Amino acid sequence: MINFKISTKISERLTDYKKIAEQGLWSNNQALVALLGLCPLLAVTNNTVNGLGLGLATMAVVIISNVLVSLIRDYVPDDIRIPVFVAIIASAVTIIDLLMNAYLHTLHGILGIFIPLIVTNCAILGRAEAYASKNPLDKSFLDAFFVGIGFALVLIVLGMAREIIGNGTLFDQMDLLFGELGTNMTLHLPSDYHPALLAILPPGAFIGLGLIVALKNAYDIRKQEKMRNKLGIKIATSNELNNAS
Amino acid sequence: MSLLNKLPPIAQKMIKSAVLLSLFVIVGIVFLLITKLVTHSAIEKAKLEEMKEAFNQVISEKDYDNSPFEDKKIIVNPTAFKTHLPITIYRARKQNTPVALIIETIAPDGYSGNIKIMIAIKIDNRISGVRVLEHKETPGLGDKIEIRKDNWITRFNGINLRDDNLASWRVKKDGGQFDQFTGATITPRAVVGAIRNTLSYVNEQGMTLYD
Repeated sequence: MINFKISTKISERLTDYKKIAEQGLWSNNQALVALLGLCPLLAVTNNTVNGLGLGLATMAVVIISNVLVSLIRDYVPDDIRIPVFVAIIASAVTIIDLLMNAYLHTLHGILGIFIPLIVTNCAILGRAEAYASKNPLDKSFLDAFFVGIGFALVLIVLGMAREIIGNGTLFDQMDLLFGELGTNMTLHLPSDYHPALLAILPPGAFIGLGLIVALKNAYDIRKQEKMRNKLGIKIATSNELNNAS
Repeated sequence: MSLLNKLPPIAQKMIKSAVLLSLFVIVGIVFLLITKLVTHSAIEKAKLEEMKEAFNQVISEKDYDNSPFEDKKIIVNPTAFKTHLPITIYRARKQNTPVALIIETIAPDGYSGNIKIMIAIKIDNRISGVRVLEHKETPGLGDKIEIRKDNWITRFNGINLRDDNLASWRVKKDGGQFDQFTGATITPRAVVGAIRNTLSYVNEQGMTLYD
């Protein structure tokens, strides 16, 4: 009997975790659905390494912030919770900024102002306020982890696409992040490829992100339709209704 | 505690909130200080490495034995450099005799803002090497001033500025000797201008820059 209780508890928990993962990565992706944190996202994604670097930094901050906020959630009165969250996030970002300056110095130089600006990424305060301040440690951590990965993935995909189209390379300058290991990772398109400059200029960021959002929505709609067909539900268009009458 | 209880409830709440918030901020500051202390030497080291790497690009390591990073002079001279920003001059010496000046200058008239350039000028007033350290020029057009994209910048190696070649210190479009890029004239023009201004300043000041 006891055994049975525990196992339902575990399976319940696993369903919760699965839901958290699905929402963070896809259905409530902070960059593609919530459309938060777009300023750094659009500004630094002109190549893969920049996107990956900022994505990892943002992920680290959102994890630290969610974990700490979840731990203190019962001790902070409602009226000062936002300033406390901001203090936590600002401290976490400054710590990451110092660490990157010390150990990833060149990349830190390239990302420049966008690392301190992670403080202003609404996605992070959003997760602290909407999720971590109301949920236990394990769930808050997982939420931050998947939200972070979801955000970083968009940065990476956009960075890769812009680098290939606009520069004709892929994984260029990876040594900034991986040291010696990354020096030979650069892939080049054939030399007769003429890079479309637009892609690495600011408009390319907007167009690229727009296309990614559109692709995601198109995929979701298709999936929904398939699901409906499978369940045998048919939604009639107004034309069909008129014909029927 | 008794004093706190005598206050009206709203004041009690305010004090509690203020104390709690201060506590959080203090804890945050403590963590920041610890990180700052832990990373301080690594950051200084990384900065020094970066500087050394830049020096190595413009002047051979064998040519000097001092640490130019510490032997520096900062000047502000808007008439000579066309910018109000400070210009740093590092002095390379071998056994205390002057070898070269490594000047971190700025071309204020790039296509999108300042272009930071490092120029090494040997004691005979010839250029040892030039590199662009920082710029915001258009990718694919103006960024050929970077050594990573094009060897245009090496065109300056070993040349000097004299009264009789002053006129040729321009891009070809302006009647000079230096190539511009297809679709980008403003960027190379700015770089050539900044190098010319620096050379002319060094010619003028001579040995006083090593003092």
